[in-house]
Amino acid sequence: MPHVSPDYLLIQIFNGLVNGGFYALLALGLSIIFGMLRIVNFAHGAMYMLGAFVAYYGAELLHLPFFAALVVAPILVGAFGLGLEVLLLRRLYALDPLYNLLLTFAIVLIVEDAMRLAAGALGSPYATPDLLAGATNLGFTEYPTYRLFVIVVCMIVCAAVYFGIERSRLGARIRAATEKPELTRAFGIDTSRLVSGTFAFGVALAAFAGVLAAPNTNVTPTMGDTVIINTFAIVVIGGLGSILGSVVAGFALGVIAAVGAVLYPPIANTLIFIVMVLVILFRPTGLFGMAERTA
Amino acid sequence: MIAGRRGALVGAALLAAGLVLPFVPGVYIVFAIDLVCFALVAVAFDILLGFTGLLSFGHALFWGGAGYVVTIAIARGATSFPLVVLEGVAYAFVLSLAVGALSVRRSGIYFAMITLAIAELQYFVAFQLTDITGGENGLPVATRGTLFGLSLENDHVYYYLVLAIAAVATTLAIRIVTSPYGAVLAAMRENESRAKSLGYDIERFKLAAFVISGTLAGLAGALYSVGNRLAGLDAIDWHTSGAIVMMTILGGIGTIYGPMIGAAIFQSLDFFVSKTPIGDKTNIVMGLVFAIIILIARRGIVGELMHRLRPSVVLPFDDEEPVLDNPILEGHA
Repeated sequence: MPHVSPDYLLIQIFNGLVNGGFYALLALGLSIIFGMLRIVNFAHGAMYMLGAFVAYYGAELLHLPFFAALVVAPILVGAFGLGLEVLLLRRLYALDPLYNLLLTFAIVLIVEDAMRLAAGALGSPYATPDLLAGATNLGFTEYPTYRLFVIVVCMIVCAAVYFGIERSRLGARIRAATEKPELTRAFGIDTSRLVSGTFAFGVALAAFAGVLAAPNTNVTPTMGDTVIINTFAIVVIGGLGSILGSVVAGFALGVIAAVGAVLYPPIANTLIFIVMVLVILFRPTGLFGMAERTA
Repeated sequence: MIAGRRGALVGAALLAAGLVLPFVPGVYIVFAIDLVCFALVAVAFDILLGFTGLLSFGHALFWGGAGYVVTIAIARGATSFPLVVLEGVAYAFVLSLAVGALSVRRSGIYFAMITLAIAELQYFVAFQLTDITGGENGLPVATRGTLFGLSLENDHVYYYLVLAIAAVATTLAIRIVTSPYGAVLAAMRENESRAKSLGYDIERFKLAAFVISGTLAGLAGALYSVGNRLAGLDAIDWHTSGAIVMMTILGGIGTIYGPMIGAAIFQSLDFFVSKTPIGDKTNIVMGLVFAIIILIARRGIVGELMHRLRPSVVLPFDDEEPVLDNPILEGHA
């Protein structure tokens, strides 16, 4: 095992929290959607990519500032998601949920290649907002301010969504509709709008993560590819449909992957999948998951 | 359609089409080799999806994995074609046993996600082991080797060999799915708890189907890599797993011959679209076609045709009892 200084390890843990924040936001959206609609949105990574592109084109063409993009991109991409739900996904709800997995897979192919056609395959850099440029002194090191911002924002958003669903009136309806749909409808609640709204919201979270990622990586049409598979592994680890499980597993796996990469660099890309295999071996329903009902 | 005289007739027709394919004007021989290999992997995939209802999103694991194994063997000096292919198939067999044992514990969407993630594990391992796999450049195949003294460097010779192997393997696949074992698989697919209550060990039957499917996919992938003289990362990437899924469903789940035709249509369409100004962004078209199939023709091309001709024939997923485990979506749909 290589000798690692504690400061270096601490920096890597912060880097892990940055990646973990993205995973948590994406896994959270996937889980909310799954809880209500019983479908796994394969296109979640593509929505993340679209969010980043809205920020990129917004800045290029309209001088849209970063903080405005954080609001505009989720609204636009959320509206796109709403359209997908209303026009397409809805037709397949009566069938095996695998059909919607396949349909969202087709959407990935179309959206990704359409963006490659429009934007080219190469990446485009997106400038870090001036306000968050530079580094902040953390005592043990100077750490990029933007990355700290990402960690904090991801944590706040995850907490807000969690408490929103656990504590608010709307959240109570969503939980009720997820657990006892007939009863919820019998109380006169329009579950159809809840379903559409939930999908749009989950997709908007992905787009939000995409905007946050834009200054951190190159904006490319395929940037969602690796992210979505990692996120799938993370929701399997956390327990599909468990909101808390998704958030905890997201941050935890970000950190575990970063620390693992320090101790044994070649394992960087594979550690999440190895953890997933171990979790399935010992706890097939995931760490926070409930037993699957059917299919 | 698979069994009986009618099935034999369709099989013979497909074989005849395979025999004349290299002489069809405009068909490149290497394209023909690819096509037969994809037809075989689609058959392999159909054994799993069509006859157990398990949707694997990781079959590139076996297809591309076996491709790497044969290529590595050749790079290290192996020249006996049967031995090399056997190594690739053995790799797919062992791998499918391990992955199957792990993944058949879950079904439906979980199964799809788990197989996808495990395939990605292999992808990153191959990506990392640059010394062995050539990393992003891939690994070239210096020679296709010899079969009992016969050189396989000639593309036409190789094509007919692959066609013969595919024909034998498909016949075997049909024997399996029409056997009593295949009947148990179908029973499990249609009503798992009833099959269980009849005393069948569900997980073992599913695992066996997974291993048969994975091993056959490995065979197809080994033939493909040797045919193309290359093992590359894109053969083990999830887009390839997705392409295998698309070919199978495009042709018709559970019809064996359907997925072969689906593979042929998929490959041809992909080829033609790549010649248009769209270029390598063929997935726009492939995705659109697949979305339309999923939305309005879920039996696939051959399945829909069979349904029109003989509505009494029941295909997998055909009874379409809504499987709503979440009645919130009822009425909403």
